[in-house]
Amino acid sequence: MSNAPSHLKYAKSHEWVETVGEGTYRVGISDHAQDLLGDMVFIELPEVGQTISAQDECAVVESVKAASDVYSPLSGEVVEINEALVDGPDLVNRDPYGDGWLFTVKATDPGELDELIAADEYIKLSADDDH
Amino acid sequence: MGAKTALYQEHVNLGAKIVDFAGWDMPLHYGSQVEEHYKVRGEAGMFDVSHMTFVDLKGERAREFLRYLLANNVDRLTTYGRALYTCMLNEQGGVVDDLIVYYFDETYFRLVVNAGTHDKDMAWIKRHAAPFGVTVEELTEVALLAVQGPEARSKVHDLLSETQREKVEALAPFNAVESEGFFISRTGYTGEDGYEVMIPEDQAVNFWRRLHKIGVHPVGLGARDTLRLEAGMDLYSAEMDEETSPLEAGLKWTVAWEPQDRNFIGREALEPQYNATPTRKLVGLILDDRGVLRGHQRVIVDGEAVGEVTSGSFSPTLGKAIAFARVPYDVSGRVLVEMRGKQLPARVVKPPFVRHGKACFE
Repeated sequence: MSNAPSHLKYAKSHEWVETVGEGTYRVGISDHAQDLLGDMVFIELPEVGQTISAQDECAVVESVKAASDVYSPLSGEVVEINEALVDGPDLVNRDPYGDGWLFTVKATDPGELDELIAADEYIKLSADDDH
Repeated sequence: MGAKTALYQEHVNLGAKIVDFAGWDMPLHYGSQVEEHYKVRGEAGMFDVSHMTFVDLKGERAREFLRYLLANNVDRLTTYGRALYTCMLNEQGGVVDDLIVYYFDETYFRLVVNAGTHDKDMAWIKRHAAPFGVTVEELTEVALLAVQGPEARSKVHDLLSETQREKVEALAPFNAVESEGFFISRTGYTGEDGYEVMIPEDQAVNFWRRLHKIGVHPVGLGARDTLRLEAGMDLYSAEMDEETSPLEAGLKWTVAWEPQDRNFIGREALEPQYNATPTRKLVGLILDDRGVLRGHQRVIVDGEAVGEVTSGSFSPTLGKAIAFARVPYDVSGRVLVEMRGKQLPARVVKPPFVRHGKACFE
């Protein structure tokens, strides 16, 4: 059973979103996603200043098993990326909701948050995935 | 629900991620396959490989039968417990399976063949054994534990009886000995020293736990694959299959051409290829860019797809992706490999990539 903290919101494509300040949100991938993929070996991040749109591919997490696109849950500008992942991709495995975050986005349409789902719904969804 | 080895519950208790492998529920990893890989390269790890197929062959004409069945020559086996790696070919010269054959005496040999090819192998062996009057008996109530790594041998020695230890310490690589119900072989699939220990099924859990207690780490099939790839060892169904000649799979060294009068299955089909320049070969690839080489990616030379990756992965020891690829015979230097819509340069090298924990390719 994977864990999904209740203070985060989730996309069905397995990203999580955390509110970190006025209109800024941190994005990562869920524990369930990292568990399915296995050991991470390379993480490709967007660039700071890059404009991204919701549901666009904006990062790649590559594990021993497969490369997987990360879709931005929100539209906006990338204001910070997690540089530590360049040399420590395994942070995504060890701490997917903490040190393994991917990037921070300044959202242009916070209304997109309503498209995301709550932790309990995400857990149900990912449990179905396991069958 | 697949078949389960005697250690299945042990894997589950250790938190293993269980996957289907050839109809068996096997551990892929116990948390991190990369960590497990490092443990084998640096210390000692243990793998449950009880899903493999063990076959005892007995009969007056056992040697004669194996001279016919196998592409390598069992006449290289003349001392008790000696092992030989070989392919078993079909009439077209394709590979039915690769295996290890052990010699006990003139009337008694043992084969260890792949799990994924169990049914066809058993049918093939039985069909060809019959005319030689050789009996084919599968061992089913045994477990096989591979204990591998620089500390593997001394860890195993610690758990053996005085009698067993004396015999096992004297084993040279690629030799085995049976003692007090244990069949211990100095072989493996990782490029490290170590043993493969065959024991009665009902003793498997106890032996596994005792190894664990003295610091031998459980290792799953995920790391088994990256370890063998670094060690430059072929995997059946990836590097070779019934349509692939061993000469195009880097296995020419396992085909014993001499003596000329030894007729083995596949010899006639291979004959024209043996002394000619082959059209294709198996090479190693190293990717210096960030990215992972994976099976079936296309290899590009001069803008043309000329071959494909047969097995690829991330090498934890080298920190970059490595692969086997089948390409035209004259390919060397650099090639491009297509992945995720991009073409990245890869170096063509001669495997193995890693031996005894260190990079060794040219």
